Amino acid sequence: MFLAVAALGALGVAFGNSIQNILGNAFGSGLGGLLPGGDRFRIYSITGSYPEISADKFRLNVSGRVDRPATLTMADLQAMPKTSFTKAFQCVTGWRVPDVHWEGVKLSDILDSVGVQPGAVAVGFDSYDHADSESLTIDQAHLPDVIVAYSMLGAPVTTAHGGPVRLYVAPMFGYKSLKWLSGIRVIDKVEPGYWEQNGYPVNGWLNGTTGPTNPNPELT
Amino acid sequence: MSLAQAPAATMHILRFDRVQRAAHWSNALLFFILMLTAIPLYFGSFFGVVLPRHLIEQIHLWTGLALPLPIIISLIGPWGNAMRRDVRRINYWTRDEIRWVNTMGKSKLEADKFNPGQKMNAIFVAASILVMLVTGVMLQWFRFFPVSWRPGATFVHDVFAYLVFFVVIGHTYMALTHRDSLRSIFKGWVSEGWALRHAERWMREEKLGGEER
Repeated sequence: MFLAVAALGALGVAFGNSIQNILGNAFGSGLGGLLPGGDRFRIYSITGSYPEISADKFRLNVSGRVDRPATLTMADLQAMPKTSFTKAFQCVTGWRVPDVHWEGVKLSDILDSVGVQPGAVAVGFDSYDHADSESLTIDQAHLPDVIVAYSMLGAPVTTAHGGPVRLYVAPMFGYKSLKWLSGIRVIDKVEPGYWEQNGYPVNGWLNGTTGPTNPNPELT
Repeated sequence: MSLAQAPAATMHILRFDRVQRAAHWSNALLFFILMLTAIPLYFGSFFGVVLPRHLIEQIHLWTGLALPLPIIISLIGPWGNAMRRDVRRINYWTRDEIRWVNTMGKSKLEADKFNPGQKMNAIFVAASILVMLVTGVMLQWFRFFPVSWRPGATFVHDVFAYLVFFVVIGHTYMALTHRDSLRSIFKGWVSEGWALRHAERWMREEKLGGEER
């Protein structure tokens, strides 16, 4: 019986991923949806702690292949056209938080304001935690539900959730939505981020598409 | 061998020695801390209420790593005779006991020191500790495991947390409603009368003064 229980655990670990994919395709949620309380945020951090940045001290550096490099303050961001919507946050490990209210600035608006130079291929993102990094292709960065968010769940983004400012990439798994955003760089090639160097797909589309473009992005 | 002893009602028999009691209560304390710290980590909405989340994580992590220690320490040393003997008992299943389980407790049974329900509880909890430890390590040090294991490890850690929680609630309920057994995990002894009623086979072995296996 000891072995049976332990084997059950091992099977769960081994097949969890495939079961999750089946569930995800069928119901739009992963394994977490099977359990009470599986629809809450789990807070992950690469470094084991959270960088504490006050809204006053916050600066967003926009650099690289742009016409007008800029350093944006919180006030600058809030003065830009506001975008808000309610969409789920889906983690690649299985939990999913439905109906999260997001508010911020479209990444494409920020890129337009600094002027992306011809020939730029990708956009890289840096975090105040000095550990995480991410990137999107220029086309992905221009999707209307990719935003630089300063408000989440109806309040300023908390430190645990990546505040004061984080990325939210709605059509992809949560690891693409970099926390504690500190820099945006327009670059010449896609740079696999921290999680991608550890094995997750560079193009983390929620429906499992692995290419840079997603012909059928409607899943959230 | 002589059965010419004092009146049965006053006889005490040692059910759990000091080492076993210490192991049980250390295990219980660690389990309690784990469950308490799991609540804010799992139901994110409570976090930061009492302690900073990072501290809760660390407490959960180190308590989890320490959880197997009371059992291991109580088993390995020269002090672990009674513990080792009970582990052998728990792993030894007679045909009658298996039938008792299959008939949901309706068949007749001359109970051992632990009845089949108690044995199943102990085995399930022991296996769960292993499962929680391994999946917990996978979650904490995910870089050293394939990323495709993370969803499964997360799910198994969550499911077993629920299972173990309810099993321990059941265990506590049974303990609180069986005062003689409950006393034995505090003071060590049970009355001979209790042993005759609930653990007849064990009682007979104790009287013979030796081990049958």
